[in-house]
Amino acid sequence: MIYDVVILGGGPAGLAAAIEAKKEGAENVLILERDRELGGILNQCIHNGFGLHTFKEQLTGPEYAERYIDMAAELNIPYELNTMVLDMQDNGDTKMIHAISEENGYQALETKAVILTMGCRERTAGAIGIPGFRPSGVFTAGTAQRFINMEGYMAGKEVVILGSGDIGLIMARRMTLEGAHVKAVCEIMPYSNGLTRNIVQCLEDYDIPLKLSHTITFIHGKDRVEAVTVMQVDDKLKPIPGTEEIIECDTLLLSVGLIPENEISRGAGVEIDRRTNGPVVSELRQTSIPGVFASGNVVHVHDLVDFVSEESVLAGKGAARYVKGELKNEDNFTTVNGDGIGYVVPQHVTVSNIDKDLTFYMRVRKVFEGSVVNAYIGDEKIATKRAQKFVPAEMVNFKIKKSVLEKYPNGEIKFVVEPKEAKK
Amino acid sequence: MKKEMICISCPMGCHLTVEGEDGNYTVTGNTCKNGEIYGIQEMTNPQRVVPSTVVIKGAMLSRLPVKTADTVPKGKIFDVMKAIDEVVVEAPVKMGDVVLADVCGTGVDVVATKSMAAC
Amino acid sequence: MYDIAIIGAGIAGSYVARELSRYQLDVVLLDGENDVGNQITMANSAIVHGGFDAPSYKKKGQFNAPGNIMYEKVCRDLGVPYKRTGSLVVAHTEHEMMKLHELYKNGLQNGVPDMRILFQDEVHEMEENLAPDICGALYSGTAGLVSPFELCVKVAENAVDNGVTLKLNHLVTNITKTDAGTFKIETTDEDIEARYVVNAAGVYADDIYKMVGDPYFKILPRRGVYFIFDKEIGDLVHNVIFPCPTKNGKGILVSPTVHGNLLIGPDAMPVEKGDISTTQDRLDYIKENALKNCPELGHYFNKIIRSYAGTRNTPVADTYTTTDGDFIIEESPVQGFCNIAGYESPGLTSIPAAGYWMVEEVILPMLKRDGIEPAVNEDFDPKTRPHIYFEEQPEDVKRELIAKDPKYGKIICRCETVTEAEIIDVIHRNVGATTVKGVKKRCRPGAGRCQGGFCSPRVVEILARELGCEMDEVMYDAKDKAYILNGKTKSQN
Repeated sequence: MIYDVVILGGGPAGLAAAIEAKKEGAENVLILERDRELGGILNQCIHNGFGLHTFKEQLTGPEYAERYIDMAAELNIPYELNTMVLDMQDNGDTKMIHAISEENGYQALETKAVILTMGCRERTAGAIGIPGFRPSGVFTAGTAQRFINMEGYMAGKEVVILGSGDIGLIMARRMTLEGAHVKAVCEIMPYSNGLTRNIVQCLEDYDIPLKLSHTITFIHGKDRVEAVTVMQVDDKLKPIPGTEEIIECDTLLLSVGLIPENEISRGAGVEIDRRTNGPVVSELRQTSIPGVFASGNVVHVHDLVDFVSEESVLAGKGAARYVKGELKNEDNFTTVNGDGIGYVVPQHVTVSNIDKDLTFYMRVRKVFEGSVVNAYIGDEKIATKRAQKFVPAEMVNFKIKKSVLEKYPNGEIKFVVEPKEAKK
Repeated sequence: MKKEMICISCPMGCHLTVEGEDGNYTVTGNTCKNGEIYGIQEMTNPQRVVPSTVVIKGAMLSRLPVKTADTVPKGKIFDVMKAIDEVVVEAPVKMGDVVLADVCGTGVDVVATKSMAAC
Repeated sequence: MYDIAIIGAGIAGSYVARELSRYQLDVVLLDGENDVGNQITMANSAIVHGGFDAPSYKKKGQFNAPGNIMYEKVCRDLGVPYKRTGSLVVAHTEHEMMKLHELYKNGLQNGVPDMRILFQDEVHEMEENLAPDICGALYSGTAGLVSPFELCVKVAENAVDNGVTLKLNHLVTNITKTDAGTFKIETTDEDIEARYVVNAAGVYADDIYKMVGDPYFKILPRRGVYFIFDKEIGDLVHNVIFPCPTKNGKGILVSPTVHGNLLIGPDAMPVEKGDISTTQDRLDYIKENALKNCPELGHYFNKIIRSYAGTRNTPVADTYTTTDGDFIIEESPVQGFCNIAGYESPGLTSIPAAGYWMVEEVILPMLKRDGIEPAVNEDFDPKTRPHIYFEEQPEDVKRELIAKDPKYGKIICRCETVTEAEIIDVIHRNVGATTVKGVKKRCRPGAGRCQGGFCSPRVVEILARELGCEMDEVMYDAKDKAYILNGKTKSQN
């Protein structure tokens, strides 16, 4: 049997993509999930705040996941759990997925289309190279989250957190509620990397100090963490001598960034954008390999699951159309990062594949106040995105109408952060 | 009285200014109705949803995620955590099942946020 | 009462134990740590050196090349990953080229085969990512890569398979000679009595020796800091790349690892015993120096997955003695007490030769002097059941493995593709893993790019299940001290 669409990962991205692919007419759809249940990382994100855009209400992670799991069940979408994909080969018209599991053994699955929804992993202490010892008690925030929320074990009593990413902030509150003493959250940048609401409800509510422009320069303790040295950094992010402060703790949590997991993508030859660390994708999230689609955190790290779902609908639609032979590939536009823009997704646009409008996801490089993001084709400004301010922690969603894009010949769409009154 | 705060109703994080006295407040800086409600509530009776876990027996995992079905007074968060600590449930559980009714006399139930089959 | 007690279950002590297990002797292998090979053996350059470096009049020069030749069989017998890659000592100047010729000549004296001096174009043809100003190199074809801790585990396992008793968490605190002429070894656990003692205590060998005799050597711990890179750039170089050596040692090398990562380091910093911390200035120093030979690395510092430090056990003179910095492998002035000390680089490479020599030329003659001639252990089997690295198997073998044991179908570590069956196996062998680090050393879950972020909860769960304890009783490393979890989240359970 040849599948229509095989989806690699049953988290929020995979579920939404599978549901949309099925709705759009793909027949044989299969989700492969490496964990023992569907829902992905949402299962350990027991806090609320999910779903405001999608469901217009505040859900917890497991609730958000369960809604999608139920939708997939209603559509009778099959899935295999505890299944690890070893690799993917592109054979032109079909792709081969090699996967293993206890239940089904070694499987070589042939499919017309693939959707990559493997998500991301956390940046580690090793990757950021914190000097000192390498004792037990240094956890990425997500690992501690899993131990505490799913396994039911505490991962420390006296805690310092490095990095103000959302998972770190959420875990500061979570560990406090479970009886731990969170002594400080250190952030090397002069601004937080998490959502403002999380600073308020996770740190301020519990009087946990947020030390901006501070980093950890030494981990003490040979067996278990005993303390960390915290130092203030200058505007080049270098520690300032004389600012050393030793904070005793038994646990160091890291919330210092997420990295899309693209080992399978790379192995198959999918082109990776070095800015996003994810596949280069089109408006319907087709990668550089025809028939291979990608969405969610494997493409670029999102801060809200709602946008993961939104993006995955595009990928599901794209895969279904590809299978039906209805996907166009005119590649009218490529997107370009102008001043102040870190990345833009998608990188390629075929206008005829767009239904009514297309949302460009992007991140700014630093905090901008009194600014707008403008989109240009050639010298012509085609659209403007306004906001109170733009911060790197919050993805910018920039919607442009299909009718606008249709007015222009092929070329580049350039996104630029400019002062509000800017005239070009 | 005048207080600056950041709205947590949604990820926008609007900077609110709340001015006024007992029961008569005006909120500025908000971009939606929720911001006004939040701003006034923060002045009079700050409220939070408390998400946590409870012990579950007979399921694949040993913890069941739960939350207060509505907001509870911020000052009662640790009392709620203490009450939740006492709860032990048996699988199967359906999402939305009440695991603890009227927690700490708040009138708010603690509900399961995930379905867990027995195994 | 044991015939021989070996103090220290690093590669030296474990290998001597294995060599001794060829004879009918009661041998006990003691270590203060919660696992074998947990100190010097744990953190080093993981290289099997060609042997051209150390002067031929030293034991270092004599044992290196033969040790290298013996590696292939040892690793095959024990199923330990070993790759013969070759090494290059690169020269940037005419002066350094002259130094290479000296090394070459010394290598010939040491009996090192397959060496060549390469000209500039040959070097760059062989290694496309080296600095353009490199004007020549000494190629040594027998140099290679090994996983030192896997080797140590397998050597110790094989020793135990062949009758040696291993006692971990037995930190030696005192040694006294009894009236009967035996040694009473006090440890943090029980007391051990043995007729003979082999001191293989690494950095602590001088402290151990001081318990029985007047010090005649001292161990200077010299720390070396390293970085490990993601497998994605594991083929940036194909040979072990050394700079031209100086009096401080072999210098900052750039090397592939046997598991396909890339490694750079080490420096050589005198430190207190047990200081295996890294420091920012040293980490920066490693990067700067690695760039001199491999400027291409500059693009890939974001592919670093781990930094670590280890210590060398450099022998230096005590206040009233001299040493030439060679291995100390001998019966000490205290009769019946042998040292294998100051056993620094190229100790790992030399061990098959040095361990054999120690048993055949030091220990057995010492026993014979005392009227003991042990019979050969007829049951000695040099082979252990090989570890099956699932990831490296071809598709048909993978299918068979899962069909036979479905646990091979369950990937626990997604970065290194390690299956549950492999983890269960390394827990239940002789010298099995009892800690998360022990599992990582033996079969690599957590050694990949996510550094255990995803798999550590699973590994803790498997260890707890297989060892019959609670998850919060599972240690990362040291017994009781390196705990991972502290209790459950709720009071009801």
